[in-house]
Amino acid sequence: MKAFETFETPTAARVNYINAEYGLKSWLLTKDHKRIALLYLGSISAFFFIGGLYAMFIRLELLTPQGDLLSSATYNKVFTQHGIIMIFFFLIPSIPATLGNFLVPMMIGAKDLAFPRINLLSWYIYLLGGIITIWALLAGGIDTGWTFYVPYSSTFSNSYVVATGLGVFISGFSSILTGLNFIVTIHTMRAPGMTWFRLPLFIWAHYATSLIMILGTPVIAITILLMAFERLAHVGIFDPATGGDPVLFQHLFWFYSHPAVYIMVLPGMGVVSELIANFSRKNIFGYKFVAFSSLAIAVFGFLVWGHHLFVASQSVYAGMIFSFLSFAVAIPSAIKVFNWTATLYKASISYDTPMLYALGFIGLFTIGGMTGLFLAALAVDVHLSDTYFVVAHFHYIMVGGTLLAYLGGLHYWWPKITGRMYPEGWGRFSALVVFVGFNLTFLPQFIAGYLGMPRRYHAYPPEFQVFNVLSTAGASILGVGLVIPFIYLLWSMRYGKRAEPNPWHLPGLEWRTASPPPTENFLATPVVTWEAYEFAPPEELEVIGKFREEIEQA
Amino acid sequence: MMLGRRAAGTGILPNRLSELGETVNLAQSHIATDHTASHPALQHHFENLEQQREAGALGMWVFLATEIMFFGGMFLAYTLYRTQYPLEFASASNHLSLPLGAVNTAVLIFSSFTMALAVYSAQTGKRRAQIVYLGLTILLGLTFLGIKAIEYYDKYKDQLIPGRLIPSRPFDPHGVHLLPGANPRHVEMFYWIYFAMTGMHAIHMIIGVVVLSVIMFFAARGRYGPEYHNPVGISGLYWHFVDIIWIFLFPLLYLLGRHLEHGG
Amino acid sequence: MQTSWIPFVPESASTVSGKVDALYFYLSGVTAFFTLLISGVLIFFVIKYRRRMPNEIPRPVAGSHKLETIWSVIPFMIAMSMFAWGAQIYFQNSRPPKNANEIYVVGKQWMWKIQHSTGQREINELHVPVGRKIKLIMTSEDTIHDFFIPAFRIKADVLPGRYTTQWFEATKPGSYHLFCAEYCGMNHSGMIGSVIVMQPTDFDNWLSGNASQQSPAVAGQQLFQSLGCVSCHGANGEGGRGPALAGLFGQKVFLTNNQTVTADEAYIRESIENPQAKIVSGFNPIMPTFQGQVTPEQLIQIISFIKSLQISNPQSATAPAVPAPKAAPSTPANTTSAPNQQ
Repeated sequence: MKAFETFETPTAARVNYINAEYGLKSWLLTKDHKRIALLYLGSISAFFFIGGLYAMFIRLELLTPQGDLLSSATYNKVFTQHGIIMIFFFLIPSIPATLGNFLVPMMIGAKDLAFPRINLLSWYIYLLGGIITIWALLAGGIDTGWTFYVPYSSTFSNSYVVATGLGVFISGFSSILTGLNFIVTIHTMRAPGMTWFRLPLFIWAHYATSLIMILGTPVIAITILLMAFERLAHVGIFDPATGGDPVLFQHLFWFYSHPAVYIMVLPGMGVVSELIANFSRKNIFGYKFVAFSSLAIAVFGFLVWGHHLFVASQSVYAGMIFSFLSFAVAIPSAIKVFNWTATLYKASISYDTPMLYALGFIGLFTIGGMTGLFLAALAVDVHLSDTYFVVAHFHYIMVGGTLLAYLGGLHYWWPKITGRMYPEGWGRFSALVVFVGFNLTFLPQFIAGYLGMPRRYHAYPPEFQVFNVLSTAGASILGVGLVIPFIYLLWSMRYGKRAEPNPWHLPGLEWRTASPPPTENFLATPVVTWEAYEFAPPEELEVIGKFREEIEQA
Repeated sequence: MMLGRRAAGTGILPNRLSELGETVNLAQSHIATDHTASHPALQHHFENLEQQREAGALGMWVFLATEIMFFGGMFLAYTLYRTQYPLEFASASNHLSLPLGAVNTAVLIFSSFTMALAVYSAQTGKRRAQIVYLGLTILLGLTFLGIKAIEYYDKYKDQLIPGRLIPSRPFDPHGVHLLPGANPRHVEMFYWIYFAMTGMHAIHMIIGVVVLSVIMFFAARGRYGPEYHNPVGISGLYWHFVDIIWIFLFPLLYLLGRHLEHGG
Repeated sequence: MQTSWIPFVPESASTVSGKVDALYFYLSGVTAFFTLLISGVLIFFVIKYRRRMPNEIPRPVAGSHKLETIWSVIPFMIAMSMFAWGAQIYFQNSRPPKNANEIYVVGKQWMWKIQHSTGQREINELHVPVGRKIKLIMTSEDTIHDFFIPAFRIKADVLPGRYTTQWFEATKPGSYHLFCAEYCGMNHSGMIGSVIVMQPTDFDNWLSGNASQQSPAVAGQQLFQSLGCVSCHGANGEGGRGPALAGLFGQKVFLTNNQTVTADEAYIRESIENPQAKIVSGFNPIMPTFQGQVTPEQLIQIISFIKSLQISNPQSATAPAVPAPKAAPSTPANTTSAPNQQ
């Protein structure tokens, strides 16, 4: 067997997971992880679009210092709903539920996840939570901020807090079940020969993410429940009237919501490892360090929630401990960035769209991560807390990081998922547009933040206007850059060039079967005898892969 | 670090590791993995029953970890407020019915025993014993829930349901004997936590009873035996977990101030 | 807002703003350095090592423990330097100095009510003199708010049912933004105002020009009378059935449950709202609760009054922290003078 060859000769008509069965019922009652991934892809894209609409209204309103486009009550609902939809219904499921669901079994050589019916159930739960939330938005919306702080949410808000809380609560179970499925699958269903240190880094990243999902999500579930009951009963455990403490809510909320940001970014880092390695045809430098840093981020991520409470009357000493730990949690991420960069040394780099997204991720994540250090530093955070600096910081990670990785991964595995290639020229063009638009949107917000512009402000003092205008201009460009892939990816599903099984000529296990794959993924259980990212053993000098100097000499 | 040192050898092989290293072109042929004696309960995506059993057990343990985190938030709130309002918590705790709570504790512990016997019966393939022990466990679970319902009804009558959850009967702690120094305003906090924790626990009990009923249905049809009894085992895990939660709840909620009751 | 000569940085108007800015510049410098370094190296590698032939494979490169160590340890040390610097400024600033002037702040949807200890009230404006240490004692009437003065680089949340404090010393006259920085509902972005720093003489003029209102302490005295506190605590806080309050503020109090607490704002507020929580050793738990009968502002006024109560008898200037129990019992059963222990 030679490197880069698949296990099957490509044939034109072939039974794969898409055409194996037809009919709505075969999709809605499927147990195939690949079909479930596509179900998620559709619903997640719909929520992203809704969240994006809200973003558009925010940026339009903020073009002018006065609150002239929307009433303040409406604006408050718009930014709240932008946050809730984007975080709970887009970012958290995005990579794990689409790319993870599709690829985790394939990358480890399994036929499916450990619990296929639970996988399908998790999609329905996600949908139920989403529908309830959308209903709440249409019925009148919610205006508490995505953070639901009491006592505003439990006592003073006149919006659909309980309904939205219920939607978010339910969708949390989808997260938990996905994480549970991944952990059990990775532990028990690896193909023979697939040892832990031969696993692709995508798997390590999803394993670490799943740990956070299962341990963190239940805490926000109970927190939302307690807040909702406080609202229904008109008094509760966070209410000073009974001797309760509103800051307890903040502790419980952030105990999940901080690890949640690692749920959002770790899978992206897993994708980036795959993209960097595969588009430079080189093993990731420091594989074990990158693998363990994912675990370290998952563990340390649970220890830093108090950095959201530095100005919330948390004790000075607790503040110092959380600040120290928040600096510590940055180190594993830094290690990854250095290892990715080192991978490119003496590599063979191609400029395909996925690689462009991966490179964009590294640059933007570096900025996002380092601006996080500003917020970890106590004295500076006192000034920057609740300003646009924070907004810029987390958008650099979420959009510049996770979204870019998601797009890169989608493009990379598009031929595997659909059997078609996307148009490369358009891919590169929109990657560039996204990069430019994104930076123009969020870079000015750092400055506005340090100058003192608070977040969640519907109207603002005029001296902040120039930054807001730049930001809105950038957002329009970013919006265009995001719509274009949506169009051409859909177009390619019908009209795109048919892909060969291994169009990028890569050694990963998922590439060693047809594109699209058969329902059972592999025709027979693979036995793994090669390392992760092993592009060719040096003895094998086949035409399809040769070291550069040998080709030059030939 | 690991590149270039492995021998060539990428291959797709039948599921026999002894043939590692041989390259066989099996691109076109379909070789089924070895489950010639395929058990009807084996799901298609697993290689064998052993893998399926392992996955199921690990899945249940992971799920129980999530449950610990779920209850953990409430245990945190409990710890915080009990430390702040010890006298109020002790006063309210004394007002709970110690006999009913103790009986419930005994009922649950005994039900874990019958559950363990049910698992053993499944492992040894004794169909009748499975039905009996599962049935007993369910009965004991329902007894627990019934006693809990009585306790909740008492609270309803005494107007001890927190806040205005029952609008016609807002919370009123007049019936609770307050230890010296206790502020009646903070007694409500105890009841919040009491209802949140025992309510969550009761919901988990109900789910457990439903699950066990399903298991009992399949056990009656002779589905479980020495080769395949995993579902009984992992349901047992869940049941024991719910029991353990109660074993924590009982002293923390019912036994806070008994030593102060008699001027001790 | 006036920008200082440094672009993208707000006016620097307190003793702490310069320190925060210095750390901010350090952080910005390190960020810029690493961003340029990583992007530069990335771009360089991506160009230099671009794929030249479709079939080429690069030689695999073994990892390097040495490099991993270097680029773990050095960033860690840089991170620790940032931590230490930030923590130091923060810690220094966390304790309000003892001789600070106190100003009370009450936040409510959607305005700031400010009261100086000399009686002047302001809405959404805070006048302060240059060069004096000012301590803000803050609470909220409803949701959580946040009192944010960008020019001073300070902010702190303002909570219902609790007091939070922050302090500053303004260094430059001028008018600076005041923002609410914790989302609080519909008019959150309207809950803004100005902090007006004046030269000390100008400030004194302003004070006298606005002295038409009572000082909070005087208002507090009136409440002390009207609510009936005098009947147990004495008209001048000399005590009686209840503990003496003169000279109490800031002292340690010994309680019936053998705990010792400091008599600060929170203690006094709690004693008014929930008197049973902490009973002073030697006294009976007979004080009624005033929860719901006094607003947060009135509480501040009563506390202000109690703070102003001095011990009139010079002999008792060295009085023990806990006033001795009075011989006059409240009930006939208590004829012995043994303290009533719980």
